[in-house]
Amino acid sequence: MLSKEQIAQRIAKELKDGYYVNLGIGIPTLVANYIPEGINVTLQSENGLLGMGPFPIAGEEDADLINAGKQTITTLAGSVFFDSAMSFGMIRAGKVDLTVLGAMEVSENGDIASWKIPGKLVKGMGGAMDLVASAQNIIVAMMHTNKKGESKLLQKCSLPLTGVHCVKRIVTDLAFLEINQNGFKLLERAPGVTVEEIQDKTEGELIIEGEVPEMCF
Amino acid sequence: MNKVYKNANEALFDIRDESVIMLGGFGLCGIPENCIAALVQLNVQKITCISNNAGVDDFGIGLLLKKKQVKKMIASYVGENAEFERQLLSGEMEVDLIPQGTLATRCMASGYGMPVIYTPAGVGTEVAEGKEVRNFNGKDYLMEYAFNADFALVKAWKGDHLGNLIYKETARNFNPLMAMAGKITIAEVEELVQPGELNPDYIHTPGIYVHRIFQGTNYEKRIEQRTVREK
Repeated sequence: MLSKEQIAQRIAKELKDGYYVNLGIGIPTLVANYIPEGINVTLQSENGLLGMGPFPIAGEEDADLINAGKQTITTLAGSVFFDSAMSFGMIRAGKVDLTVLGAMEVSENGDIASWKIPGKLVKGMGGAMDLVASAQNIIVAMMHTNKKGESKLLQKCSLPLTGVHCVKRIVTDLAFLEINQNGFKLLERAPGVTVEEIQDKTEGELIIEGEVPEMCF
Repeated sequence: MNKVYKNANEALFDIRDESVIMLGGFGLCGIPENCIAALVQLNVQKITCISNNAGVDDFGIGLLLKKKQVKKMIASYVGENAEFERQLLSGEMEVDLIPQGTLATRCMASGYGMPVIYTPAGVGTEVAEGKEVRNFNGKDYLMEYAFNADFALVKAWKGDHLGNLIYKETARNFNPLMAMAGKITIAEVEELVQPGELNPDYIHTPGIYVHRIFQGTNYEKRIEQRTVREK
């Protein structure tokens, strides 16, 4: 079973040199800590920054310089600021190569639910609906089951949707999966996790072809 | 024509109950602190706020919520505010949650003189309910209307007496978009300078969009999430 850090580490292996990447809040943010050697990526923060740097050294925080999670950050050589319309313009126009975000549920046809639990407090979708509606390449980072142990990989999402037919790949604590026309195709198992366990915890259609390799880091 | 005012209270002299007001900022970054304080002091009621977020309990738009001045909030994300939650759940306040890119682009459309935009954000979700869907090149898009706001209250880093504005870092966010979209746009700046002191190449908002400007005071610039690393 993977820790949250390991989920981020596995996703980071999918980064390619030159990628512009938008990382959501939570596990996706951790991906920035595992960018492979020799791979240069530019992080986009949808509040208006390309080229997001690390957190500032204590004492050098700047209230005018934050990321989409409202955390203090820094710039890098070559960073650029822009307004929110241009930020979502570059997202909508497909200029961002990879979007990594969390989810409450994903369905076997690539629908995602991530912003609202009816009856509970609704905080809003922020930029998630814009991102999933336009990104060509979306990886979801999440736990395979919810706190009650119920599968989050479903035939059909039960919660209000964030977007439809948009998720391409999913990395959970148990597996790396790809969504194709027939369902969740199992690409890799987390170390020590069996195909049976993944099958058991996947409510949607799971496609198993041949021997499923174990993830390597 | 003089656009320069002494302070927020003077610049907001004609703001009325039930006004539709845009407020720039992302979280607490780049919010018009002086204008918000003036709205509280002038005690305008039943306002509709268009802003990406709703502040925190004791700062930003949270100050207006605390005094129950907000009738309706149009935003993309409204966490971090317990009083907001209470008023929402009790039905005292109306809330319209819309995708962040849609919010930004509806402001932009207003400033660009375009009545509608088409965006894929929200297609197939509850955001699409009751909206026109059109298919362009095989993909569905929602029709969304340009905003129509009585006032836009924005914060810039530097501005000149003609209303030309320059923003700093990520405090830019929604400010230039809302500046373009207000029937009356009021800008507060950290530094007000004479015409000619700003390089024309570096101006983000041309003064034609700005009706009133003043130099703000006592900026708190509160940080919501102070994150640091070791040296």
